[in-house]
Amino acid sequence: MVYKGLSAEFLDSSGLSIGDLIKVEKNGTSYFGILLDRAEDPDEKHIVIKLNSGYNIGIDVNNATAELVESGDKPKIELAPLNIEKDAEKPDISIVSTGGTVASVIDYKTGAVHPAFTAEDLIRANPELLEHANINGKAIFNILSEDMKPEYWVKTARSVADEINNGADGVVIAHGTDTMHYTSAALSFMLKTPVPVVVTGAQRSSDRPSSDAYMNLISSVVAAKSDIAEVSLCMHAEEDDSFCYLHRGTKVRKMHTTRRDTFRSINSLPLAKIQKSKLKLVDKAMVYNKRSTESLIIEDEIEEKVAFIKSYPGIQAELIDYHIDKGYKGMVLEGTGLGHCPEELIPSLERAADESIPVIMTSQCLYGLVNMNVYSTGRRILSAGVISGLDMLPETAFVKLAWALGQTDNIKEVEKIIHTNVAGELGEKSSEKFFLN
Amino acid sequence: MNYEELGLKMGLEIHQQLNTEKKLFCPCKCELIAEKPDYKLLRYLRPTQSELGKIDRAAFEESRRKLEFIYESYDHETCLVESDDEPPHPLNREALEIALTIASLLNMNVVDEFHTMRKQVIDGSNTGGFQRTGLIATDGHIETEHGKVVIENLCLEEDAARRIGEKKGKIIFRLDRLGIPLLEVTTDPSMKHPEQVRDVAYQLGQVLRSTKVKRGLGTIRQDLNISISEGARVEIKGVQDLDTMPKMVENEVKRQIGLIEIRNELLKRNASVDENIHDVSKLFDETESKIISKAVSKGGKVLAIKLIGFKGLIKKEIQPGRRFGTELAGYAKKMGVSGLFHTDELPAYGITMEEVTSIEDHLELSNQDAFILVADEEEKATNAIKEVQRRAKTAMIEVPEETRKVLEDANSEYLRPLPTASRMYVETDIPTTVIKRNDLEEIRANLPELPDEKKDRIIKEYGLSQDIANQLVRLERADDFEYIMSKTNLDPTTVGSALAYTLKELRRDGKDISKLDNEVLVETFSLVDSGKIAKDAVNEILNGICDDMGSPEEIAIKLNLVMLSESDVESIIDGLIEENIDMIKERKMGAMGPLMGKSMAKLQGKADGKLVNKFLKDKIQNIISG
Repeated sequence: MVYKGLSAEFLDSSGLSIGDLIKVEKNGTSYFGILLDRAEDPDEKHIVIKLNSGYNIGIDVNNATAELVESGDKPKIELAPLNIEKDAEKPDISIVSTGGTVASVIDYKTGAVHPAFTAEDLIRANPELLEHANINGKAIFNILSEDMKPEYWVKTARSVADEINNGADGVVIAHGTDTMHYTSAALSFMLKTPVPVVVTGAQRSSDRPSSDAYMNLISSVVAAKSDIAEVSLCMHAEEDDSFCYLHRGTKVRKMHTTRRDTFRSINSLPLAKIQKSKLKLVDKAMVYNKRSTESLIIEDEIEEKVAFIKSYPGIQAELIDYHIDKGYKGMVLEGTGLGHCPEELIPSLERAADESIPVIMTSQCLYGLVNMNVYSTGRRILSAGVISGLDMLPETAFVKLAWALGQTDNIKEVEKIIHTNVAGELGEKSSEKFFLN
Repeated sequence: MNYEELGLKMGLEIHQQLNTEKKLFCPCKCELIAEKPDYKLLRYLRPTQSELGKIDRAAFEESRRKLEFIYESYDHETCLVESDDEPPHPLNREALEIALTIASLLNMNVVDEFHTMRKQVIDGSNTGGFQRTGLIATDGHIETEHGKVVIENLCLEEDAARRIGEKKGKIIFRLDRLGIPLLEVTTDPSMKHPEQVRDVAYQLGQVLRSTKVKRGLGTIRQDLNISISEGARVEIKGVQDLDTMPKMVENEVKRQIGLIEIRNELLKRNASVDENIHDVSKLFDETESKIISKAVSKGGKVLAIKLIGFKGLIKKEIQPGRRFGTELAGYAKKMGVSGLFHTDELPAYGITMEEVTSIEDHLELSNQDAFILVADEEEKATNAIKEVQRRAKTAMIEVPEETRKVLEDANSEYLRPLPTASRMYVETDIPTTVIKRNDLEEIRANLPELPDEKKDRIIKEYGLSQDIANQLVRLERADDFEYIMSKTNLDPTTVGSALAYTLKELRRDGKDISKLDNEVLVETFSLVDSGKIAKDAVNEILNGICDDMGSPEEIAIKLNLVMLSESDVESIIDGLIEENIDMIKERKMGAMGPLMGKSMAKLQGKADGKLVNKFLKDKIQNIISG
């Protein structure tokens, strides 16, 4: 119960608990309804009831009296088991859930939305999944996307590996969208996979009929059955519910706070388009890892003490020094333009190099290649020992540095890893087609 | 019909658009747009499951139709909130204030804290798949001749998207209307006489119109709930005309009585609905029926069902010109077919007696049994015929609760089942709003006058005619009128008739009368007041303002409407007298008439007639007596 202050006292003294049918009298009006819990807010004097009409209202407990009409049970949702038989003809796809709601059940009696996690819940909400595959669902944790930590990337990678070892023909990971591209990049570096691993989510929560969850999920299952044995990210391609794009896990970024088509491939085209359950390559010349060519390898050592710093007009060198002093093992600098930061930072960057702390330069332009040879500041930054992130997204470079530092603390080795294309994160060639698509 | 004996009960639900500057949850304007849309969005909706896997009845039926939706949107006039690509912005305070005003006028109890809810609606009219709505107040009342009527609920909600049409199975909506604030006023279902419903509708209209609400077609929508004791609650949507209400009530009561009679007869006959669906396409290989041959040639099927003991009842008339068969067809049509054929109307429509007999043989019908045919694509036809089976089964039990759409002849047709109550949950994207009692007190201390009260008052206070006062109130110009009267000393009728009639004429001529704000009107009337222009020149000045000709005074000068000074008038009259001195000497005072005409023609309305008259009279008298 989140009631506090006056309203908590009021309920307590009236002997009422959540779920009870109660009658509240206030200034000559009486309200009948089910007592609901409040959403988290600072309010201390309004109780919430759901009237028969379905409407919720808040009643100020001052000058109100309340009595129990009928005590209610805490609502619990019980759905009958489905008894799904496995279809030997169909591939086995595992859906691993990390949080965010891919499917929801609404308890209209109280208006509560319950996230559904088990395979059965998913299938009940999206029965069409069974037309495509045998679905095996697993909730590994339930955290908000913004609370993701590198240690959860490791847990996710291990769960995915378990699914593959247990015979899954493809794995779909349900994830909150805010940091989904960090996770897809992390899994890209940590896993060599013989089957597709597809990260997906929803921009509109699945408790609403207009949710993009269903199309994203179905398209992800289609991608998980495909030949593209890489870590990828599958989401709406347009504001329309027309088709999804499958993006390479290291080349994708969330670009809009709210739109369905928020995820965009940056410095690359999407891998594939999935429309009406059919997958088609976007560019036939695209090179990708085919199913069953790699055997499963997991390299999940991660250095968590990596900083991610954005350059801005007026940035002080002390910001760099602070991270060195605090024992950070590496830094990604999101520089301006071609990969610049103010000249004043250069002594501190030199100090980082001297102390064997790799600093990777990326660009806040997001699009295009970092090139520190064009202007004198760039050349000076380069000779201070800063490593170019080339055309990597800043987020991808951050994840890659954490992963590289998990394998070596030799700055030369780190540079070598950063400049080796591990999971499609580096593109040698820029194409006209790579901008704002 | 003896309504009392039948146990007639009625309730009214009114939806009124508010005339706020912005929409309820986004900054877009509350205007409909005629221009071609800049974008079209394609969307699907899926009902979300509720506890126990139960999906709302109405929502489920919509989803079975597998409809795709197209939403028309604009670069500037709509935004991502309407297209469900951005969460709602905070609740519009202006709309909340209007709602509180109306709640107070209807003697209602306002809730302490307003919660926005999501009400699931998946017919595509809301991009999110739900309508946002919240309860503002409960338990009000109004007095009528037939007794007190309780106003149960007042809700503030967002209007739905505007349905534009249908194309290849896709329903097209425009986002312009979505999100316009809407008030829903619901009475209790206690009204027993159609006249009382009309009275309540009128009174509620008066209350609504005393505040900032939209006017015109489609800005107010009225739904009527009707039931009789043995029947069921039926909601008739889209009642426009108050005067057809009594007829509509009569037709609905007739329909429910008819359905009850059919039920009783079916029970007597021990009727039943056969569960089997028969493919009888092959019986129509050489049919002359255009509808059937067209469906079959496109790869469709002719499906038939058997209604045991239904013969003769399907043609029974239950509303003027509408039969029980029309009811069954209404259910079939919802599944996308164009209609059905039934035993009681065949042979007809190109279906021959031989074909009828062959179906009867194939289905092994007895002479009390009926059949229904549907011809269309297999999936559509199957869904349609299943709906007919379902409806026919209900016919043996009860009058179904349903939502119906009003038709032009005061009949109604099936729209969808009544929504079940359990389809609301809280809108988590919008914080709750505490309605402060101080704010409410302030609103209550400044309640607007109801239109009728206002009309009576301005007649009394200003001596206006009934018609002018009526027009001023109806056109919402009464406040402007009073403002102008407070700023000038003109006679009320001049100002009143300009506001009541001249503005209307200007608008009819296609002028943009929104340029005629109070300040410019006061300026114009002050010119009359100070004697600079004649009363008659007001129309031309107002016209000039609409045409952007400048300030009222500039226009008066440009159009040569400025009154002449007394001495100018006098010297013009002197000139005329000189020219006509012979006539004056001859006719004496009899020269007044012709000279008055000549003067006015020469002065071209730039002098007050009374003044001209005085000068002429004095001067002629001087000449005669001199």
